[in-house]
Amino acid sequence: MNALLLDRIHFAFTVTYHYLFPQLTMGLAFLIVILKFIAIRKNDERYNQAARFWAKIFAVNFLLGVVTGIPMEFQFGTNWSEFSRRTGGVIGQPLAMEGVFSFFLESTFLGLFLYGEKRLSRWAHFGAASMVWLGSWISGFFIIVTNAWMQHPVAYNLLPNGTYQIASFWGLLMNPWAWLMYAHNMCATVVTAAFVMAAVGAFYVLEKRNIEYGRIFLKLGVVAGIISCILQIFPTGDLHGKYMAKHQPAAVAGMEALYHTQRNAPMILMGQPNEQTQTIDNPLVVNNVLSFLIYGTTSAEVKGLDQFPRDQWPSALPLLYYSYHIMAGLGTWFMLLMGVAALLLWRGRLYTARWILWPILLSFPLPYIATTAGWMTAEIGRQPWLVYGLMRTDQGFSTHVSAGNSLFTLLGFLGMYSVLSILWIVIVYRAIEIGPSDVHPPAETLTA
Amino acid sequence: MGFLWFWIVAVMIAMYVVLDGFDLGVGILYPFLARTEAERQTLIHSIGPVWDGNEVWLLAGGGTLFFAFPLAYASSFSGFYLPLMIVLWLLILRGLSIELRMHLESTTWRSLFDGLFFLSSALLAVFFGAALANVIRGVPLGPDNYFFLPLWTNWRVGVSPGILDWYTVIGGVVALVALAMHGALYLVMKAPGELELRARRFARSIWILVLLVTIVSLLGTIAVRHAALDNYRAHPILFLIPALVIASLAGVQLFSKKPLAAFLSSCFYLVFMLVGAATGLYPTILASTTDAANDITIAKALSGPHTLHVGLVWWTIGMVLAVIYFCTTYFMFRGKVPDDASYGH
Repeated sequence: MNALLLDRIHFAFTVTYHYLFPQLTMGLAFLIVILKFIAIRKNDERYNQAARFWAKIFAVNFLLGVVTGIPMEFQFGTNWSEFSRRTGGVIGQPLAMEGVFSFFLESTFLGLFLYGEKRLSRWAHFGAASMVWLGSWISGFFIIVTNAWMQHPVAYNLLPNGTYQIASFWGLLMNPWAWLMYAHNMCATVVTAAFVMAAVGAFYVLEKRNIEYGRIFLKLGVVAGIISCILQIFPTGDLHGKYMAKHQPAAVAGMEALYHTQRNAPMILMGQPNEQTQTIDNPLVVNNVLSFLIYGTTSAEVKGLDQFPRDQWPSALPLLYYSYHIMAGLGTWFMLLMGVAALLLWRGRLYTARWILWPILLSFPLPYIATTAGWMTAEIGRQPWLVYGLMRTDQGFSTHVSAGNSLFTLLGFLGMYSVLSILWIVIVYRAIEIGPSDVHPPAETLTA
Repeated sequence: MGFLWFWIVAVMIAMYVVLDGFDLGVGILYPFLARTEAERQTLIHSIGPVWDGNEVWLLAGGGTLFFAFPLAYASSFSGFYLPLMIVLWLLILRGLSIELRMHLESTTWRSLFDGLFFLSSALLAVFFGAALANVIRGVPLGPDNYFFLPLWTNWRVGVSPGILDWYTVIGGVVALVALAMHGALYLVMKAPGELELRARRFARSIWILVLLVTIVSLLGTIAVRHAALDNYRAHPILFLIPALVIASLAGVQLFSKKPLAAFLSSCFYLVFMLVGAATGLYPTILASTTDAANDITIAKALSGPHTLHVGLVWWTIGMVLAVIYFCTTYFMFRGKVPDDASYGH
């Protein structure tokens, strides 16, 4: 394996693993704020207790997000030094701002939120929870701004020494790609958190244990779930897809494995792209839908891969195709499941309908898969570019770091993260076993 | 502009060393000071609410280096590949051991996390000290401004040294003993009863060692890198900095009856050590052992003017906020760790 490939796997693996944690952190922070708000408005202590239960899981999840996140900021320099040298003047800015504006905020208020409940008034504690939520969502914003610039570079100058510099600060922050991606991504974090919360609720109701809390979790999980699932598809997913079709047409052609430009382009529900024949094996298609989704009219012409030079095709085409289809397929399932669950909740029959509680329980890993597949669609679709249209991926890696050294640290991370996974599962499972009613209010002292 | 950003990055690194320094110090002292489970909990509590925020200075400082001096960030992070990855693993283990200790109420697993906490803290101190010494000694930068250092070669300084040689090992030892003292002085303020006495005794006995290795490292630096003295010779007033290093170290001993003053002296000692090193480097960020023409200087690495102007605006706002957050946290968690402190569940 050559160094370039190893550096790509290195980043892909560590960032994919890292993002398993922040997606729950960001969504859950929002749901905890809602729980705290209901507790105050209804003056109902159960909601406070529910918030404490989730805060415990939040704390572990947050920690794993932090410790797996630090390697991400280092890796720009360690494994992608040429990329860092040339683009640091642009993307270094949002990355440094994340540290200064988000991490300081988060770390301060997380301490107050987790351990200051007895010292703070109800509203002050609600405020601390809100600041943690705000901090985590600001952090997400700066990361998306960074990624959006790689997807759709705007507001930059190229200097004679080959480095890129900011031409307009607001242009960088107001990159339309960033806002569309941010909306789509943040909805996804709420989907993840809602599914996790609903699954724990379903588990308690099915077990006939902590039923009171199980119902609270189910209710909030399903309501947040259906709203976020709808927003995820329309308008955020729809707008993002259309914008992408305009600015990264090759990526969209790759996502649908559309080899040939055509009118009335179909949407492929299932089928395997065949790179030799440039067709889809065993296709299951709906005619006209792709043209309609992108251009709003069924007869529109959609650019196929034949419109682009071969060296600008997404390099891992089948993987891109599957990533996109897994994301879209799971998104459809989420809509369906949460739609039915919401209907039952409205009719007052959700808590006794075992046939829906089981799929809710079993579906909790799926948003993680869908989110990962969504990011893979964005990142593989961007290939062969590291910065779209400006810098190719093979121009960005650290040529002075040998393949042997990359593999050494990749294996190290694999081992380290295996241990983290086991610890996370043990601790979260234990917290769910103990249950919300046994979570004691934090100790009197203001110490962590 | 280059001057300003050089010192901004230096100040952020100094903030990290002073703040996370006492966290690391507490970790280094952990197995020696705490004898019972209650005492171990007290030590963890003394840094519990602050360690995470302190570590943010490392990230914020690294991010600032990234956008103000992209070339310096790119070259040093890829060249110091192996030690940085080891630092990352140590940071992961350290964060885990502090936090997971609270969640698993088993004496067996707790003793594992205790061991990890100590080991990762001590090794981090050594690595950070060695890293700084590497920057002072210089690295074999090529004409393309890149390099790659193995962990060790023949343990000698020279044209193609390793990360670890006799000089950088001294740097690691300085960091280890200085942060151990720093942590002990912090605990004199924060720990109650018997623990405070032990911390006090420890700080007093390690002080002489800190003084000794500090002097050795200053002499070593002059021997390894003559150019480090250029700025000092040009502006003799700068010799005040090493004098202040020694003076603040003396302060640690003089104020042994006043915990806060002793701790602040230790803070100043660390800051002046770093300021002294940065003064020796300026205007170079990363020196080359092969050819001075390959040095990465401020001028070579600096970002464009608009990038830096914009950066100065948000950086100032961000720092004001950060100082407010830090004052709030340290005020809320002021005073000794209470005896009855228990975990939050």
